[in-house]
Amino acid sequence: MTDSLQAAPGPFFGEFGGRFVPEALMAALDELTDAYEKARIDPSFREELDRLGRDYSGRPSIVTEIPRFARHCGGARVFLKREDLNHTGSHKINNVLGQALLTKRIGKSRVIAETGAGQHGVATATAAALMDLECTVYMGQEDTERQALNVARMRLLGATVVPVLSGSRTLKDAINEAYRDWVANVDTTNYVFGTAAGPHPFPAMVRDFQRVIGVEARAQMLARGALPDAVIACVGGGSNAIGIFDAFLDDASVRLVGCEAAGDGVETGRHASAISGGRPGVLHGSQSYVLQDADGQTQPSHSISAGLDYPGVGPQHAWLAALGRAEYWAITDAEAMEAFRLLCRTEGIIPAIESAHALAGAMKLGVELGSSATILVNLSGRGDKDVETAGKYFALLPEPTS
Amino acid sequence: MTALSDRLAEIKAEGRAALIGYLPVGYPSVKGSIAAMVAMVEAGVDAVEVGIPYSDPVLDGPVIQRAAEAALASGTRVSDAFLAVRAVVDAGAPAVVMSYYNPMLQYGLERFATDLAAAGGSGGITPDLTPDVGEAWIAAATARGLDRIFLVAPSSTPERLHMTVAATTGFVYAASLMGVTGERTAVGGAAERLVARARDAGAPAVCVGLGVSTGAQAAQVAAYADGVIVGSAFVRPLLDAAEPEAGIEALKVKVAELAAGVRGRA
Repeated sequence: MTDSLQAAPGPFFGEFGGRFVPEALMAALDELTDAYEKARIDPSFREELDRLGRDYSGRPSIVTEIPRFARHCGGARVFLKREDLNHTGSHKINNVLGQALLTKRIGKSRVIAETGAGQHGVATATAAALMDLECTVYMGQEDTERQALNVARMRLLGATVVPVLSGSRTLKDAINEAYRDWVANVDTTNYVFGTAAGPHPFPAMVRDFQRVIGVEARAQMLARGALPDAVIACVGGGSNAIGIFDAFLDDASVRLVGCEAAGDGVETGRHASAISGGRPGVLHGSQSYVLQDADGQTQPSHSISAGLDYPGVGPQHAWLAALGRAEYWAITDAEAMEAFRLLCRTEGIIPAIESAHALAGAMKLGVELGSSATILVNLSGRGDKDVETAGKYFALLPEPTS
Repeated sequence: MTALSDRLAEIKAEGRAALIGYLPVGYPSVKGSIAAMVAMVEAGVDAVEVGIPYSDPVLDGPVIQRAAEAALASGTRVSDAFLAVRAVVDAGAPAVVMSYYNPMLQYGLERFATDLAAAGGSGGITPDLTPDVGEAWIAAATARGLDRIFLVAPSSTPERLHMTVAATTGFVYAASLMGVTGERTAVGGAAERLVARARDAGAPAVCVGLGVSTGAQAAQVAAYADGVIVGSAFVRPLLDAAEPEAGIEALKVKVAELAAGVRGRA
């Protein structure tokens, strides 16, 4: 194909994407789209975002080769793109700095966000503190209990955290509640969406703000000699994956692999693999793959990783899967935790459990490709937030002394 | 013309506004919800909106959310809505369904329209499907003579308002305020301005929903709109009742209050 797949503008990506939301939100989404279209071609916006990346969140993030881990990957050479080293500990900051700047541009004084594990909530609270915006974060009640430390972190940063009691009390319900807030407060409030999903312009806009990951990584790999044979990343909503994929989309020699969370295994029904185990449908404003029953009711997702525990996926991933440009694998909790343990022990890097799904994918891919291959893994986040989960999983926590 | 359009025209000729009542199918049970809808008709609603419960109702406030969650937990299916539509029509009132898009999409838009028409329904209200992305639904509904009822909001731009009014049949659903469904202490001036804007854009009938919960509010809205849509205030008696029968009795009292309201007797 001759047309570039990079930076596809939306609102539709093939049959996926679009904007399926209440009419009340259309004006705000149009305003946001318009402001974004202007900002993306405005050099001063780009410069400000680059400055924040450089002086605040620590860009460019480095690339690290991990030879001891690579022994478990069929002997392939494996490199990590270190988004875990960003300020706030994950790729999420790239997106929120862009959206917070845009909020200032459209003259709004308040931001709202949804969060699952808390990474996007923490990043949004951080950007709000930096840019003097009022901030409310919606978080499923179950997640506020599972991730109490991140709740405290957001509150330290001055955000209001609202535990969501409706529905399944997890990320999808936090998104519903954020929409309800937005409908009622759209005059003053901008919705800082955390992943490359939702209604237009979010999938394209979030992708563009995360695109820097792949742009940097592609240059860094070329500087080391050549493009990688494969790029691999975890996929929940899919923002870190689309962020690293985009710059490689037109490099036909580079295989792109997204790793969805398979939980206990796709065949058990307890998983979060929307592409491998779901069907096309509409959830949270766009057409994509959704975990749903025959009647289109969203089904609960399951994953050891709270950040991947979402029953949908960004529409651009659905499109890349349909085109065959990217492939999507399902990685179980057990496979991810084995990769997590190995990276800790072999390289002295504690990854986010989300990112460990990509590491597990690299272990399989390396065996498939063999020792001459080079694999680039997006290490989307660090594992500090997951120490308790991993400690329990590996039975490393002290016994209660009662 | 659908039964709904005919009925709205008759009511207009009577010199009053219509009262349209919403209830989700499946709460407290499929049977119980159908009994409640029929009771609403007997107590004075002019048309019924049969709600299809959905797992992710972004435009609904806590009252309708609670009822919809309970309906889904007890196994309510999309097809149950057509049973309710048939029962309402048999009781003598036009019925429309109100559904978020994904349940319609998964049921199949053609099949949905076929089954809705076969049940005697007049059309569908789609809170998260706007005409600009609703071509397939518009085609399916039009082919079977069904109304496709879209929403306008106080935030709708003039362009979108015209586009929506042009694509809508039956009545234009005017959201009275920027917010989700639920009872409010007052219906603000935004609703009246929006009705006027929709009329200017060519809407033959405009009904107002969101926030109307008392006879006095209904009377106030009835003074400028073709119809008053009431949801949460009718669901609440069912939620609050200890027994389904008591819920239906309390619902009838509430319907009578609102029915008097649209007749200017609040």
